Amino acid sequence: MNWVAWKMLTGDRAKYLGTVFGVAFGVLLISQQMAIFVGLMRRTAHAAIDVRDASIWVMDPEGKNADEVKPLSDSDLYRVRGVEGVDWAVRLYKSLARARIDNGEFRQSILLGIDDHTLVGAPVRLVAGSLADLRRPDAIIIDQPGYRLFWGTGPIELGKTLEMNDHRAVVVGVCDTTPPFQTFPVIYTRYSQALGFAPRERNQLSFVLAHQKDGLDPQQVCQSIRSETGLAARTRPDMIWFVIKFYLESTGIPVNFGITIALGFIVGTAIAGQTFYLFTLENLKQFGALKAMGVSNWRLVGMILLQATIVGCIGYGLGIGMTAVFFESTQNVTALMGFYLPWQVAGLAAGAVALIIVLASLISLRKVLILEPAVVFRG
Amino acid sequence: MMLQSATIDTPAAAPVLSANEICVSCQSVVKEFGDGDSRIRVLHGIDANIHGSELTLLVGPSGCGKTTLISIIAGLLYPTNGDVILFGTPQSQLQGSRLVQFRAENVGFVFQQYNLLPSLTAAENVAIPLLIQGQSRPKALLKAREVLDAVGLGSRLNQLPSQLSGGQQQRVAIARALVHEPRLLVCDEPTAALDGHSGQVVMDLLKRVAVQAGRAVIVVTHDSRVLTYGDRILEMADGRMADADSTQKSHNL
Ligand SMILES: Nc1ncnc2c1ncn2[C@@H]1O[C@H](COP(=O)(O)OP(=O)(O)OP(=O)(O)O)[C@@H](O)[C@H]1O
Ligand SMILES: [Mg+2]
Repeated sequence: MNWVAWKMLTGDRAKYLGTVFGVAFGVLLISQQMAIFVGLMRRTAHAAIDVRDASIWVMDPEGKNADEVKPLSDSDLYRVRGVEGVDWAVRLYKSLARARIDNGEFRQSILLGIDDHTLVGAPVRLVAGSLADLRRPDAIIIDQPGYRLFWGTGPIELGKTLEMNDHRAVVVGVCDTTPPFQTFPVIYTRYSQALGFAPRERNQLSFVLAHQKDGLDPQQVCQSIRSETGLAARTRPDMIWFVIKFYLESTGIPVNFGITIALGFIVGTAIAGQTFYLFTLENLKQFGALKAMGVSNWRLVGMILLQATIVGCIGYGLGIGMTAVFFESTQNVTALMGFYLPWQVAGLAAGAVALIIVLASLISLRKVLILEPAVVFRG
Repeated sequence: MMLQSATIDTPAAAPVLSANEICVSCQSVVKEFGDGDSRIRVLHGIDANIHGSELTLLVGPSGCGKTTLISIIAGLLYPTNGDVILFGTPQSQLQGSRLVQFRAENVGFVFQQYNLLPSLTAAENVAIPLLIQGQSRPKALLKAREVLDAVGLGSRLNQLPSQLSGGQQQRVAIARALVHEPRLLVCDEPTAALDGHSGQVVMDLLKRVAVQAGRAVIVVTHDSRVLTYGDRILEMADGRMADADSTQKSHNL
């Protein structure tokens, strides 16, 4: 009878494709929106994600996220260095700076000042230039979208200059980074240089990046730093979550995306559920005939669930495929750069589809189960 | 039993009626629909017997309860009161899944609207009752072809219902109703949607192929043109058997 179910399902090609594409479209909506949401949240934590060589972030306990920090003082740095279990600790400067190019155009940029000696926190992937050149006077490394923003497309040329706070800056390298939440250019320079590029303040130490001694648990060391210095210390993953949580809790982004995803879910359910429900409804007469001929209710449940599963699987495959293709083909679009389809999102979308399909088949099943087989004799 | 054995060419050598055993016996069958104030009694205590090896016609004005009665006989509806003895087994003893299984094994259906699955070919449609019984698809299809041959559609095996005429679809439906060799064949107005000639072909087929030793065939009809096919005619009026036992007729009357 499974074969009969399959035939019933695929016999009317138009209806079959309509149902499958209904599901596929729902999956596309849900997974694409969720992936963009995850991508955006990831972007808010770009700085913590991109620093791979230090496992501990220390900041003022009043800092709300990675962009609104109260600067530390140099003595804080030394106190962190003095904490038992800390192998090393270095400075990190992070703020916004206005960068101007020769034609007078200027852009708000994210300025990162990394430790002069160790270059801890330097970009990992350079597409042009070399990290060592960052030690040269006025040297900066800029991220690729930033370079494009200032100097357009075309081959990358090193040696271009910008001006920040009346200081000249020379591009010695172009790098790939995790794109930031606001699509500002990201500029790396040495800490001492960064102080010149930014308007003067009394304290300018945004973060201390530290690392635990070999064999120690970073979580434990963070605990020690907290208790001994009173500063906020977090492991890199905790720092990433700290920032993301800030955006989740204090911006409208999650709510808006939540609404979009819910709409996607509802529209997906409506389309997929509706088409599948209508499909069953239109076949009610056939199910009635089968019932009269001695197909048990359990068998009918099995047939409908099989049809639902087939529609669900094919629709899911198509939908998630479309999402993957979408992100694959937009990899070079700055606004969508770094967005991808996390497996968790694919999993959630699968769960959503399963739910949609189960709901749709339950409603359809009800109709079929209460169907009096005697209706087959009615016109 | 082989279907071919039934193709006895009987223009009408009136069978010895009393020799045919009673297959189905309705005993004071009452059927009511609805609840409370809207409760209506459709069958008012029907007593009737359906004999094997015969074609029994059930006739009567529209709304008198014919469809309701055969639905009960075929085990699609339960009577409100009374019982139906099916081949010696009281229906009241066949509850739920046992009744479903009884239908699957012992009852064939022919509907006015054919009710073929539109996306299955003729042969596949005919194979369904065998698939329901759990036979393998190749075996079921093989048997289906044989039976389609017997109803004269051996050349239409792989056509979809939409590619067949109404009369041909009804013949496919008859083949489907017979493929699992049921002991009871129930047909509700099988010729109502057909033109005169196709109706004759269908009735002829029921008479030649369906009627077999030990099988009861009951046909509900409005169609006065087919009355001659009945070995026995049961007449209903207003939820009652009109003159129940004396309506036996031989068609050469
Ligand atoms: N499920 C139901 N609920 C309520 N009333 C019903 C139901 N089924 C049948 N009836 C009523 O029972 C009566 C007999 O119906 P039935 O279909 O058995 O008549 P019929 O003799 O087959 O008529 P026709 O020749 O028009 O097919 C009708 O008045 C009909 O309205
Ligand atoms: Mg009727």
